[in-house]
Amino acid sequence: MSGTRTLAITPGRVTALKGLAMLLVAILALILPLIAPDPATTGMAVFTVMYIGLASAWNIMGGYTGYISLGHAAFFGFGAYSFGLMINHLNMAPGYLPFVLVPVAGLLTAALAVGIGWVALRTRAATFVIVTIAFMFMLQLLGENLVKLTGGGAGLALPYSHDWGGDFFNIPYYYAMLALAVLTIGVSWWIRRSKFGLGLLAIRDDEDKALAVGVPTRSFKLTAFVISAVLVGMIGAVYAYYVTYLYPQFAFDPLIGISMVLMAFLGGLGTVSGPVIGALLLEPAQMEFAYRFGASRLYLVFYAAVFLIVILLLPRGIVPSVADLVHSWRRRRQAGPTAGGSRNAPVSAGEEPPATAQQRLASP
Amino acid sequence: MSLLEVKDLSKRFGGVVAVDSCSLSVPAGSITGLIGPNGSGKTTIFNLVTGFIAPDGGEVHFKTRSIAGLGPDRIYALGIGRTFQLARIFPRLTALENMLVPVRRAGLRALLSQGQWGHEKERAMEMLAFMDISQVAGTLGGALSYGQRKLLELAAVMMAGPELVLLDEPAGGVNPALLERIAERIRQLNQQGTTFLLVEHNMGFVMNLCHEVVVVHQGRAIAKGNPREVRENPAVLDAYLGT
Ligand SMILES: Nc1ncnc2c1ncn2[C@@H]1O[C@H](COP(=O)(O)OP(=O)(O)OP(=O)(O)O)[C@@H](O)[C@H]1O
Ligand SMILES: [Mg+2]
Repeated sequence: MSGTRTLAITPGRVTALKGLAMLLVAILALILPLIAPDPATTGMAVFTVMYIGLASAWNIMGGYTGYISLGHAAFFGFGAYSFGLMINHLNMAPGYLPFVLVPVAGLLTAALAVGIGWVALRTRAATFVIVTIAFMFMLQLLGENLVKLTGGGAGLALPYSHDWGGDFFNIPYYYAMLALAVLTIGVSWWIRRSKFGLGLLAIRDDEDKALAVGVPTRSFKLTAFVISAVLVGMIGAVYAYYVTYLYPQFAFDPLIGISMVLMAFLGGLGTVSGPVIGALLLEPAQMEFAYRFGASRLYLVFYAAVFLIVILLLPRGIVPSVADLVHSWRRRRQAGPTAGGSRNAPVSAGEEPPATAQQRLASP
Repeated sequence: MSLLEVKDLSKRFGGVVAVDSCSLSVPAGSITGLIGPNGSGKTTIFNLVTGFIAPDGGEVHFKTRSIAGLGPDRIYALGIGRTFQLARIFPRLTALENMLVPVRRAGLRALLSQGQWGHEKERAMEMLAFMDISQVAGTLGGALSYGQRKLLELAAVMMAGPELVLLDEPAGGVNPALLERIAERIRQLNQQGTTFLLVEHNMGFVMNLCHEVVVVHQGRAIAKGNPREVRENPAVLDAYLGT
């Protein structure tokens, strides 16, 4: 009996466990460059943290409202080019100072997102998906054809700091990406718990019903879309500074857009931690795969395989599936002694245990 | 004094005239019934009044202002709530979260704040208890029975304290015991000050509950009066017998 006690998963313990895990991940993320300073590891870390931010930012729109954008690479590329053009035209010396341009790139992306959102959000479901993809390719095309501005297919070169050589080169970018990822997760968490966030989830479930109970769906959707885009645009800006060379087909890469979606799906759509877990699993795996099989398009096969596995085995993603598992395990534990203890135990089948209601009350 | 005034409202879908210069009014403080044969335009009238579809012509006045052409969220904010013919709730939100979606959102601060739930959660739990479904507060909407959904939808629409509530077949598809409970709750809410306009095919339900009944046929209001008058009106009998 005492063994059961120590093993019991109580809501309090789950929260404590979650807190502990988060603390560990945070500490690990902060000191990673100290533990593993080699450029191969820190380079991989830059991209992994970048995708944590991207997937979490995408999830604010796609996960919460259910509006699947496959064209978020438009904002990534736009943020990247905004940053590149600003740093070049302002003749800024490379170093730490140009990072102040990251929020500016975010603001410019906001303006673009208001425009795109205004048009795209007149449509629903499949049409919305197509419209977002169309905008992405439009921007890619502009990047290729506005040669005077972007350098077109020849690319746009950005200055980089010669002081940041060797092992140190990745470090500033790593922390910049980490800061943006933390910001994005924070925003996502805040939204998830606010009235605004509940309105978004209501839109995901039934948009007309949400309208009927007073959710201003148009402005809510547009706000979520713009927040999501701004975060992606800022991450794109840091990416630009990091890779120091921009090409339209890589900055506006449809695969970047698909990757963030896939990571959010794998981890669990509409949860705060899901996209983080999805990115932590997928990005290193994808980089490893690309490394082993050369820069060939073979990793597309990998992506397709992951997508199929997710859809078939974990249609709701890792986090919700695990949560369900824990939930049903706990219920069985609770029900176990009662059902076994007495034959006439008044087990009300199908009734929620009161604890569940209380617990949900504590956190909507 | 009438709370809602509909004048010469019209709506056609292609060749179908769903609502045909229909006029009706809902007295403040009343429970008004809207009855008529299948396809006579009742749900379309609801959709027009609540802003889900735009009228081809006519006027809708709520209290003193014209509301035709406003969006559903604005109309809800002005104080008109509605339920749907087939109970519609948010399936992936818990019953309690379903209750919290309709609360009023005043300004950006309230929207972004997290600390304001306390009071609203309390009210939501009271409302759930009033409907006798507080035991499912933590259950996902999608896991509720049809009857529980009906009760939850009614409870949730009351959360923002609407002055007028439009109910589309509140007793449709529920068992007689629950039907009695729903009637009782509507009566109680009405006594507390909410005006109701309800569509219902169950004549016993309408005759028992409503102070006033409006009959629509082929998109037009053909009769109105108290339940007894309407029941004895030959035009109404004709409409229902399909002549
Ligand atoms: N969105 C629509 N598009 C086309 N026709 C519609 C639409 N909505 C309603 N109609 C038509 O308008 C007429 C009135 O429909 P409505 O749903 O308002 O009737 P109702 O009185 O609510 O019927 P019921 O009692 O069966 O619910 C019907 O002929 C219907 O087919
Ligand atoms: Mg109807």
